[in-house]
Amino acid sequence: MRHIISMLLENEAGALARVAGLFSARGYNIESLTVAPTEDPSLSRLTLVTSGNDEIIEQITKQLNKLIDVVKLVDLTEGAHIEREMMLVKVRAAESEARAELKRLVDIFRGRIIDVTERTYTIEMTGTGDKLDAFIDAVGRRAILEVVRTGVSGIARGEKALRL
Amino acid sequence: MTVELTGAEIFVRCLQEEGVEHVFGYPGGAVLHIYDALYQQDRIKHVLVRHEQAAVHAAEGYAKSSGRPGVVLVTSGPGATNAVTGIADAYMDSVPVVVFTGQVPVHLIGNDAFQEVDTIGITRPCVKHNFLVKDVRELAVTIRKAFYIATSGRPGPVVVDIPKDVTAKKAPFHYPERVSLRSYNPTLRGHPGQIRRAVDLILSAKRPMIYTGGGVILDDAAAELTEFARLLGFPVTNTLMGLGGYPATDRQFVGMLGMHGTYEANMAMHNCDVLVAIGARFDDRVTGNVEKFCPHARIIHVDIDPSSISKNVKVDIPIVGSVRNVLREMIKLIRESGRAPDRAALDAWWEQIEEWRAMDCLKYDRQAEVIKPQYVIEKLYEATRDSDVYVTSDVGQHQMWTAQFYKFDRPRRWINSGGLGTMGFGLPAAMGVQVAHPDATVVCVTGEASIQMCIQELSTCRQHGLPLKIVLLNNRYMGMVRQWQEFFYQGRYAMSYMDALPDFVALARAYGHVGMRIDRPQDVESALREALAMKDRLVFLDFQTDPAENVYPMIPAGAGQNEMILV
Repeated sequence: MRHIISMLLENEAGALARVAGLFSARGYNIESLTVAPTEDPSLSRLTLVTSGNDEIIEQITKQLNKLIDVVKLVDLTEGAHIEREMMLVKVRAAESEARAELKRLVDIFRGRIIDVTERTYTIEMTGTGDKLDAFIDAVGRRAILEVVRTGVSGIARGEKALRL
Repeated sequence: MTVELTGAEIFVRCLQEEGVEHVFGYPGGAVLHIYDALYQQDRIKHVLVRHEQAAVHAAEGYAKSSGRPGVVLVTSGPGATNAVTGIADAYMDSVPVVVFTGQVPVHLIGNDAFQEVDTIGITRPCVKHNFLVKDVRELAVTIRKAFYIATSGRPGPVVVDIPKDVTAKKAPFHYPERVSLRSYNPTLRGHPGQIRRAVDLILSAKRPMIYTGGGVILDDAAAELTEFARLLGFPVTNTLMGLGGYPATDRQFVGMLGMHGTYEANMAMHNCDVLVAIGARFDDRVTGNVEKFCPHARIIHVDIDPSSISKNVKVDIPIVGSVRNVLREMIKLIRESGRAPDRAALDAWWEQIEEWRAMDCLKYDRQAEVIKPQYVIEKLYEATRDSDVYVTSDVGQHQMWTAQFYKFDRPRRWINSGGLGTMGFGLPAAMGVQVAHPDATVVCVTGEASIQMCIQELSTCRQHGLPLKIVLLNNRYMGMVRQWQEFFYQGRYAMSYMDALPDFVALARAYGHVGMRIDRPQDVESALREALAMKDRLVFLDFQTDPAENVYPMIPAGAGQNEMILV
């Protein structure tokens, strides 16, 4: 099963390598990983998506908690949560008909065209991973020149917060 | 006004503040400032090894036998990479060691400088934690943190990588009395509700079993374990790392368990209805096939490391905490409850265990014309049992025979490489033990393959006057490899025979020690006694043992604990 594990990490050199190294050393998989500093500059927020049965996820969270640089951790998929991923996608858009069709698609998916050339559109889109996948399918792989995805970030619904 | 000290001076002051008396190490370019500072003081003694791997093993022996952290100092590049095997060994066996590695100056890091290696990157997967100190003002607090992390919770190795320029720069010296890390707070007290549930289950057991590991030794909980087991009258087994946690000569002790454990220990594990696992980690050499492990048991698991719990075997009552604290709580609750285990059921259980014990699974041919390795260990035990003795071993058959035949009644007396299984561990580890206990008898039981992996340390022993007794069980084979080839590869002994062995007696003499070669069983005892009487000399005893002897019982890989190969 797919899990979104989110943690506060000491914002220090090598902290990310400890997390990534743990996954490769113990044979766990990482589907996506995203990390950036928080409002407290001494802390980073790292969110990763992994999968495994309950035993594997239990081991993953225990092993992560054991790392000295991991300050606090939550498995967001254990409760109600919101997940978002941002995607930048450059697509071929040369003929006017294709350009109009793309514009409509972008509107339907509530994305934005953020750069335009005579032959291309660059689109920004935010949503769940499924939605971004659906957009890629709708555009069709042949039209796509480049896809950049940030990886999933997430937050718990309601008043629960991951903080010190 | 605080005086400014150089990084090297700060380093020395920090070690003094930590109460460090001995450092095991090897100098080199990146640590010359530190060695210069060490040279100008006499509180900390430096033991000069001949290879950095040995420095870490010596520090491990020091730590395992004394309970105090072992300290290592090596240079950058090859100094650090040579130390990695020792660091990984300490990680697998949870040994508190702090390893200081030199590093190229900060401005050269990443430049492929001379003797540069990414020590932090290389050691990351085999340390409890590691630090690169880029600012001399961070040095003291980092060293304080390193010792704190290495020795608290589940102990382990910590590496501190110090660039050369940091040891030359100056900063005010202040050693923090305590450090706190917001992300590191080991749980020491077990959950009271869980402890209560565990005690209820323990008192309802009909066929109980206590299975304990290295955690009991590390947490100095042998006295509590003994009290707990005697209070209940339950059988006790120890893992390889846990030997000495419960007196081996006690009737309630059923021997080591696992791949080369006793028949009675493994059968009792397989048939028990309540298993109390304390400071043990359900290693694959213990469990055999986990699908067949303790099929009838409800399992209680006490461990300070939450990630050890339910890693290999799902348990019913997990308790995270210091094993000593939890044992004390359990003893208190049992006493207060006024309840006792079901006496009739326990008697029947013991009757069954005694039947298994009567199989005499460790029997061997005592009439043999050649020296049987088991016989040497038995005689060694008889000759040393009443003295202040520590025994280290290398890895292989001789290690298993020592674990089986030497009866360890006290903790911290048996020092070996369990998790990583590092050949070459025994001799340097024994050096560390002897440094920590200068007046004790320190015996290293080894094989002719293992000893050659760190044999250069005989020179260290000479320089530092370490009067070890090396008991070499010389069967001319990598015995454990040979045994597996006999059992599982139809006797195709690929590369397990050592041709062209050195003359160990001459070799020992070349290093300035006493060497003895023993060929006949009738000479074993007298040779041992003669060697042990030479209190101030290292004696290297080369016992020519039966090359075809195997370690029994044996649980083949993938089999259940009740599926042992017996003699």
